[in-house]
Amino acid sequence: MSSFTAANDVNRLAKMPGRDVYGIALVEIGKENKDIVVLGADAMGSCRCTEFQKEFPERTFNVGIAEANMVGMAAGLATCGKIPFVNTFGFLLSMRACEAVRTDLCYPNLNVKLVTSMFGLIAGTGGTTHHSHEDLAIMRSFPNMTVIEAADGFETMKAAKAIAKHVGPVYLRVGRDKVPVYERDYDFQIGKGVILRKGKDATIIACGILVSRALQAAAELAKSKIDVQVINMHTIKPLDREKVMQAAKGKVIVTAEEHSIIGGLGGAVAEFVAEEGLKVPVKRVGIQDVFCGIGPTDELRAKHGLTAEAIRDALRKAL
Amino acid sequence: MDVGALEKKNKEIRRRIVEILGEAHGGHYGGSLSCVEVLSALYMNEMRIDPQRPDWPDRDRFVLSKGHACAAFCAVLAERGYFPGDLLQTFNKLDSPFGMHPDMHKIAGCDVSTGSLGHGLPIGVGMALAGKMDRKGYRVFVLLGDGECQEGVIWEGMMAAAHYKLDNLVAIIDRNRVSMDGFTEEIMPLGDLQKKMEAFGWVAREVDGHNIEQILEAFQAVPFVAGKPSGIIANTTKGKGVSFMENTADWHYREASPEVTERALKDLE
Repeated sequence: MSSFTAANDVNRLAKMPGRDVYGIALVEIGKENKDIVVLGADAMGSCRCTEFQKEFPERTFNVGIAEANMVGMAAGLATCGKIPFVNTFGFLLSMRACEAVRTDLCYPNLNVKLVTSMFGLIAGTGGTTHHSHEDLAIMRSFPNMTVIEAADGFETMKAAKAIAKHVGPVYLRVGRDKVPVYERDYDFQIGKGVILRKGKDATIIACGILVSRALQAAAELAKSKIDVQVINMHTIKPLDREKVMQAAKGKVIVTAEEHSIIGGLGGAVAEFVAEEGLKVPVKRVGIQDVFCGIGPTDELRAKHGLTAEAIRDALRKAL
Repeated sequence: MDVGALEKKNKEIRRRIVEILGEAHGGHYGGSLSCVEVLSALYMNEMRIDPQRPDWPDRDRFVLSKGHACAAFCAVLAERGYFPGDLLQTFNKLDSPFGMHPDMHKIAGCDVSTGSLGHGLPIGVGMALAGKMDRKGYRVFVLLGDGECQEGVIWEGMMAAAHYKLDNLVAIIDRNRVSMDGFTEEIMPLGDLQKKMEAFGWVAREVDGHNIEQILEAFQAVPFVAGKPSGIIANTTKGKGVSFMENTADWHYREASPEVTERALKDLE
């Protein structure tokens, strides 16, 4: 992995897999703040922590295959002023270590960052044991927790730097696909969605890799004179209510995420729209209430409707 | 504080626990009464702390992993001067800082919020690791219940503590042999905890957990071996000091009527 410090090198970073950018970001964050420490559970390479480990061996802890202990240790480190970045697979952070995340991090509001690059259907052939389409719902339900998913490599850099400065527990998903979304620098703020395309008829609110697919769907729909707005809702919690409120002025909202339609981005948007009594239908594109089985990642994603076509069709049908 | 004074203090603390839990309409009598000597030895004698500066960065840390002994913990903190003992009259009341399990953001002198069993040791490992990284001299004391050593994550923490050579970490196991449903050795035997800890890379010794001299002697000897975490298995009696609460699961958690509270206080005269 090449190391460079151009955090604003949009074109290069946007085209890189988020997790590779995260590895670079970690080193930069580590240089900026000596309190940053990195914890992993025998998945350091997979989580792109090895560059940080080389640069700062004394601040890196591979605790072995013991995720609940890892999160507890991070809590202890945080009470003593360290800022732990805790890295492993999404299902392990959200389910194996679930209670430690909720009780040891969120309840005392400790400054710990949980980062995963194995979530949704990324594990593909690994099957259901390694898929993670419940993590956003689980993490979102904990008070004090901030939940973020980066849309491309550039946003991963922005998000990683932002969470290092944010005080409090954060769950961050960084992807593995090359899905460039950004072409120029922009203002990344936790809790503020980004309007990537304006449109008056309807809105697609997406996060992660579905952002690039939402843009494709919108371009496709434009051919049939359907004018669609696309919002990158990188922060799933706290939800950018203003942007949802504004989106509700259109005829339909479609949400899209690599997650169960229950409890994640779609859940958050639907809850808000219902609660506010906004007169707009919400269609959720995501994994239905099923386990997804085995298959190459993109084939599984296609089977479960995580595609531009699925977004396009959902929106068309709702209109 | 000398041994005689500590013993006198411990009797007062036990009475305070019974009073607090009586007023609170129930609580964890057994596990609170079993760890009084360990807690008071730590807070009155052993730990480098300053009640005027509960956030002093160089202080020794304490983790009440068996968070349900909160009444004992709070009684000891009050006795040590972290806050006025009168405040404990609010124990368990709506919006009180004090309840069944301690909250680090509400109780002066409480370093970690605990309550769910098994969590304290990993957190203590993290604290001790931070101390080593910062080359600080503070030590971290974790008080475990013996029952919670049935949790797997305790042993994950044990491995990590030995691996990182945390000789600034001391785990005390309140070995009262009784958990909520009955006797630990009947429910799921813990066996020889000293040997188990040593197999996980710790150096451990057993003490009579109600003998102040033995407890202080053990604390003064830590780390037992440089470069290794220290374990102290404190053999105790659940419900110690109140005859009808001793060595029974019936008083793990229970509500005591004013009459029963009176009887308990008589036992502690």
